[in-house]
Amino acid sequence: MSNETILNQIKKDVTGNDVVLYMKGTAAQPRCGFSAVAAQILGALGVAFKDVDALSDPEFRDTLKEYSNWPTLPQLFVKGELVGGCDIMKEMYQTGELQELLKEKGVIAA
Amino acid sequence: MPIEPSELEEIIMAAFPDSRVEICDTTGDRDHYEVRIASAVFRGKPLIDQHRMVQKALDGYNIHAVSIKTSVPE
Repeated sequence: MSNETILNQIKKDVTGNDVVLYMKGTAAQPRCGFSAVAAQILGALGVAFKDVDALSDPEFRDTLKEYSNWPTLPQLFVKGELVGGCDIMKEMYQTGELQELLKEKGVIAA
Repeated sequence: MPIEPSELEEIIMAAFPDSRVEICDTTGDRDHYEVRIASAVFRGKPLIDQHRMVQKALDGYNIHAVSIKTSVPE
Protein backbone atom coordinates (compact mmCIF):
# COMPACT_ATOMS: atom_id res chain seq x y z
CA MET A 1 0.00 0.00 0.00
CA SER A 2 1.26 3.46 -0.79
CA ASN A 3 1.38 6.12 1.86
CA GLU A 4 -1.63 7.88 0.39
CA THR A 5 -3.65 4.68 0.22
CA ILE A 6 -2.89 4.03 3.89
CA LEU A 7 -3.83 7.57 4.86
CA ASN A 8 -7.14 7.28 3.01
CA GLN A 9 -7.82 3.96 4.73
CA ILE A 10 -7.18 5.51 8.16
CA LYS A 11 -9.44 8.46 7.40
CA LYS A 12 -12.15 6.10 6.15
CA ASP A 13 -11.88 3.93 9.26
CA VAL A 14 -11.97 6.72 11.84
CA THR A 15 -14.83 8.57 10.16
CA GLY A 16 -16.81 5.46 9.19
CA ASN A 17 -16.71 3.88 12.67
CA ASP A 18 -17.77 5.46 15.95
CA VAL A 19 -14.91 3.86 17.85
CA VAL A 20 -11.62 2.62 16.42
CA LEU A 21 -8.75 1.14 18.39
CA TYR A 22 -5.39 0.95 16.65
CA MET A 23 -3.40 -1.61 18.55
CA LYS A 24 -0.69 -4.24 18.55
CA GLY A 25 -2.53 -7.42 17.69
CA THR A 26 -6.31 -7.69 17.79
CA ALA A 27 -8.90 -7.35 20.54
CA ALA A 28 -9.19 -11.15 20.59
CA GLN A 29 -5.45 -11.59 20.50
CA PRO A 30 -3.59 -8.52 21.72
CA ARG A 31 0.17 -8.61 21.32
CA CYS A 32 1.11 -5.99 23.90
CA GLY A 33 -0.01 -5.39 27.47
CA PHE A 34 -1.01 -1.78 26.82
CA SER A 35 -3.15 -2.77 23.83
CA ALA A 36 -4.75 -5.54 25.89
CA VAL A 37 -5.74 -3.08 28.62
CA ALA A 38 -7.18 -0.64 26.07
CA ALA A 39 -9.32 -3.36 24.49
CA GLN A 40 -10.41 -4.58 27.95
CA ILE A 41 -11.59 -1.11 28.94
CA LEU A 42 -13.76 -0.81 25.83
CA GLY A 43 -15.04 -4.34 26.47
CA ALA A 44 -15.91 -3.47 30.06
CA LEU A 45 -17.89 -0.48 28.83
CA GLY A 46 -19.73 -2.64 26.32
CA VAL A 47 -18.55 -0.51 23.43
CA ALA A 48 -18.56 -1.96 19.93
CA PHE A 49 -15.33 -0.95 18.24
CA LYS A 50 -13.25 -1.64 15.19
CA ASP A 51 -9.86 -3.03 16.12
CA VAL A 52 -7.02 -2.49 13.68
CA ASP A 53 -3.74 -4.33 14.06
CA ALA A 54 -1.00 -1.79 13.37
CA LEU A 55 1.87 -4.02 14.43
CA SER A 56 2.61 -5.94 11.27
CA ASP A 57 3.09 -3.07 8.82
CA PRO A 58 5.73 -0.46 9.75
CA GLU A 59 4.62 1.84 6.95
CA PHE A 60 1.07 1.77 8.25
CA ARG A 61 2.31 2.50 11.77
CA ASP A 62 4.38 5.46 10.62
CA THR A 63 1.51 6.89 8.60
CA LEU A 64 -0.86 6.50 11.56
CA LYS A 65 1.59 8.22 13.92
CA GLU A 66 1.93 11.10 11.52
CA TYR A 67 -1.82 11.36 11.03
CA SER A 68 -2.64 11.28 14.74
CA ASN A 69 0.46 13.12 15.98
CA TRP A 70 0.75 10.40 18.62
CA PRO A 71 3.91 8.29 18.82
CA THR A 72 2.69 5.08 20.45
CA LEU A 73 0.11 2.29 20.27
CA PRO A 74 -2.68 1.75 21.19
CA GLN A 75 -4.60 4.79 19.92
CA LEU A 76 -8.27 5.30 20.56
CA PHE A 77 -10.39 7.30 18.12
CA VAL A 78 -13.95 8.29 18.92
CA LYS A 79 -15.99 9.85 16.11
CA GLY A 80 -12.85 10.64 14.17
CA GLU A 81 -10.99 12.26 17.05
CA LEU A 82 -7.99 10.91 18.90
CA VAL A 83 -8.78 10.43 22.59
CA GLY A 84 -5.36 9.09 23.56
CA GLY A 85 -3.37 5.99 24.38
CA CYS A 86 -3.58 3.40 27.13
CA ASP A 87 -2.58 5.71 30.01
CA ILE A 88 -5.20 8.29 29.09
CA MET A 89 -7.86 5.63 28.57
CA LYS A 90 -7.10 4.12 31.97
CA GLU A 91 -7.16 7.45 33.73
CA MET A 92 -10.36 8.60 31.99
CA TYR A 93 -12.01 5.26 32.69
CA GLN A 94 -11.15 5.48 36.39
CA THR A 95 -12.48 9.02 36.71
CA GLY A 96 -15.56 8.27 34.61
CA GLU A 97 -14.55 10.79 31.95
CA LEU A 98 -14.33 8.14 29.25
CA GLN A 99 -17.88 7.01 29.94
CA GLU A 100 -18.99 10.67 29.85
CA LEU A 101 -17.24 11.26 26.54
CA LEU A 102 -18.78 8.17 24.97
CA LYS A 103 -22.23 9.24 26.18
CA GLU A 104 -21.69 12.76 24.91
CA LYS A 105 -20.73 11.44 21.51
CA GLY A 106 -23.75 9.16 21.48
CA VAL A 107 -21.70 5.97 21.41
CA ILE A 108 -23.19 4.49 24.58
CA ALA A 109 -26.60 5.12 26.05
CA ALA A 110 -26.81 8.15 28.34
CA MET B 1 16.99 0.93 23.94
CA PRO B 2 17.67 0.83 27.68
CA ILE B 3 18.10 4.12 29.49
CA GLU B 4 19.21 4.79 33.07
CA PRO B 5 16.49 6.12 35.39
CA SER B 6 18.75 9.04 36.33
CA GLU B 7 19.08 10.02 32.67
CA LEU B 8 15.34 9.81 32.19
CA GLU B 9 14.84 12.04 35.21
CA GLU B 10 17.32 14.59 33.84
CA ILE B 11 15.52 14.68 30.49
CA ILE B 12 12.20 15.32 32.19
CA MET B 13 13.57 17.87 34.64
CA ALA B 14 15.16 19.74 31.72
CA ALA B 15 11.79 19.92 29.96
CA PHE B 16 9.73 20.61 33.10
CA PRO B 17 12.07 22.45 35.48
CA ASP B 18 9.36 23.23 38.04
CA SER B 19 8.11 19.67 38.27
CA ARG B 20 8.13 16.91 40.82
CA VAL B 21 9.12 13.68 39.09
CA GLU B 22 8.81 10.07 40.16
CA ILE B 23 10.30 7.38 38.00
CA CYS B 24 9.66 3.70 38.33
CA ASP B 25 11.48 1.03 36.34
CA THR B 26 8.49 -1.30 36.24
CA THR B 27 10.23 -4.42 34.98
CA GLY B 28 13.75 -3.75 36.22
CA ASP B 29 15.19 -3.90 32.71
CA ARG B 30 15.77 -0.14 32.13
CA ASP B 31 13.32 -0.44 29.23
CA HIS B 32 9.86 -0.11 30.77
CA TYR B 33 9.17 2.94 32.88
CA GLU B 34 6.35 4.57 34.68
CA VAL B 35 6.81 8.31 34.93
CA ARG B 36 4.78 10.56 37.20
CA ILE B 37 5.14 14.27 36.64
CA ALA B 38 3.47 16.96 38.71
CA SER B 39 3.88 20.38 37.17
CA ALA B 40 2.02 23.67 37.13
CA VAL B 41 2.48 23.89 33.35
CA PHE B 42 -0.21 21.21 32.96
CA ARG B 43 -2.84 23.37 34.62
CA GLY B 44 -5.91 23.90 32.46
CA LYS B 45 -4.62 21.74 29.63
CA PRO B 46 -6.50 18.71 28.31
CA LEU B 47 -4.96 15.38 29.27
CA ILE B 48 -4.07 14.62 25.66
CA ASP B 49 -2.05 17.86 25.42
CA GLN B 50 -0.30 17.15 28.74
CA HIS B 51 0.78 13.77 27.44
CA ARG B 52 1.90 15.26 24.13
CA MET B 53 4.15 17.66 26.05
CA VAL B 54 5.80 14.74 27.82
CA GLN B 55 6.07 12.73 24.60
CA LYS B 56 7.77 15.69 22.95
CA ALA B 57 10.33 15.84 25.76
CA LEU B 58 11.08 12.12 25.33
CA ASP B 59 11.13 12.23 21.54
CA GLY B 60 14.33 10.85 20.07
CA TYR B 61 15.31 8.78 23.13
CA ASN B 62 13.65 5.61 21.86
CA ILE B 63 12.64 4.14 25.20
CA HIS B 64 10.67 0.95 24.68
CA ALA B 65 7.71 1.67 26.95
CA VAL B 66 6.86 4.66 29.08
CA SER B 67 3.65 4.92 30.99
CA ILE B 68 2.83 8.56 31.70
CA LYS B 69 0.87 10.06 34.57
CA THR B 70 0.63 13.83 34.69
CA SER B 71 -0.84 15.98 37.40
CA VAL B 72 -1.01 19.54 38.64
CA PRO B 73 0.46 20.13 42.11
CA GLU B 74 -2.03 21.06 44.84
